[in-house]
Amino acid sequence: MSIASLWRTRQQRYSLQGETCPDCHQAIFPPRDVCPYCSEAAGPLHTMSGRGEVYSYTKMLNVPDGFLAQRPYTVALVKLEEGPMVTAQLTDISEEDVEIGMPVEMVTRKLREEGDSGEIVYGYKFRPVFAAAD
Amino acid sequence: MLNQPLKQVGIVGYGAYIPRYRLPAAEISRVWTEEIESVSQGPRQGKNGLKEGRATAAGIEKAVPGLDEDTATMSIEAARNALARSKVDPQEIRAVWVGSESHPYAVKPTGTIVAEAIGAAPAAQAADWQFACKAGTEAVQAAIGLVGSGMAPYALAVGMDTAQSRPGDALEYTAGAGGAALLLGAAGESVAVIERSLGYVSDTTDFWRRPGQQFPSHAERFSGDPGYFGHVLPAADQMMREAGLTAAEIDHVVVHQPNVKFPVRAMRTLGFESEQWENGLLVAEIGNTYAGSALVGLTAILDIAAEGQLVLVVSYGSGAGSDAFLLRTTGHLTAARMNAPSTGEYIGRRIEIDYAHYVRLAGKLAAH
Ligand SMILES: [Zn+2]
Repeated sequence: MSIASLWRTRQQRYSLQGETCPDCHQAIFPPRDVCPYCSEAAGPLHTMSGRGEVYSYTKMLNVPDGFLAQRPYTVALVKLEEGPMVTAQLTDISEEDVEIGMPVEMVTRKLREEGDSGEIVYGYKFRPVFAAAD
Repeated sequence: MLNQPLKQVGIVGYGAYIPRYRLPAAEISRVWTEEIESVSQGPRQGKNGLKEGRATAAGIEKAVPGLDEDTATMSIEAARNALARSKVDPQEIRAVWVGSESHPYAVKPTGTIVAEAIGAAPAAQAADWQFACKAGTEAVQAAIGLVGSGMAPYALAVGMDTAQSRPGDALEYTAGAGGAALLLGAAGESVAVIERSLGYVSDTTDFWRRPGQQFPSHAERFSGDPGYFGHVLPAADQMMREAGLTAAEIDHVVVHQPNVKFPVRAMRTLGFESEQWENGLLVAEIGNTYAGSALVGLTAILDIAAEGQLVLVVSYGSGAGSDAFLLRTTGHLTAARMNAPSTGEYIGRRIEIDYAHYVRLAGKLAAH
């Protein structure tokens, strides 16, 4: 991804900022021009709660450049409580402990570094729910 | 001289962050024993001195960040915890200030990354503070000024570090990772009112890092007196004298924690007893979190303090200086603390690692 496209997507990457459709009221992530559910113009910005559950997952051994230092890691399809499905790395958990249906929450972590002198890319990952008091 | 803003300021939300990996000091001495034998000849008693490290190694450990964590990510989580405890709209925050000596970039602020992630951009100041281990409380002082002058309804100050140490150096025993975020606002809506604050600085070269160097240097003999004790003691003493308080009248005390020995000696010298410091003394469990040290200790105190209690906080940063704060907890504290994970819960999610795993997490193979 270029520095320009990273810049455009920073709020969705850092905090799961999506949209709510003004017509069918579905939550939309990532944000886009047209609602994928009703094909009307997509709506105002809405930041997702960050809570969801593991829908499916896979252990990554062969990974793209920039992710080598972190391998092996687990990538999951996470179904957000608002509805949308996102693909993201799981963190703070080893692969043996991942289960389908496991409740997870979004954290903002380092995704990769563009070499020693390039940009450090941050974005959402998910970890097992670690919330106090609830 | 005490600092007093025009409008009284308080902590309206607080949040801690401590990564989950723990490296026991015994594991470091296992790997470096021969090295230690060769350099620890003769008396030495410095900041994180080797003798202390060995003498107290049993049961002591430090927090280590994961591969995907740095001062920016850790500050974001601490800031989200502070926001959760406050119920403040992040768009009302006018400053996001991060104090650290481990900012991810040499040039490019951590503050803008944190501000963007918590939804405080764009109508805010955002910058990084540098003053060794005092950078976090320096940001707090500035935030008190910004809110107390009426320029801002809210300002966020973070002290956070992923402390670096040369492999085999005495600092490696304690250079930990963690810190805290304080959201400052009007005293009336706060969980703890900042009754007074003061700063105490001098040009003292006890610990430093030159540009381009990966690891810091330290002047062993200099870092106790006149460094640490030469600033922590007079700052605390002046605060207590000007506030007209004896140690016995203060409920909780937390001071900067480069190791176990220094803060305990300082607090004992000031007249405090272990019941007053035990809740905030975290160094044996998470190590020295540098710019986060005094502030994360404060969060552990706020997690348990009762309404109307007095808390004395004294930081220390090499180079050198201390900030002292006198806080009084309010009736909002008990309800607010439930809205984010406690500091004890972060300490409790502990994954022990060995030195090999530590080397991988710390990127030390690539550096040498
Ligand atoms: Zn729609």
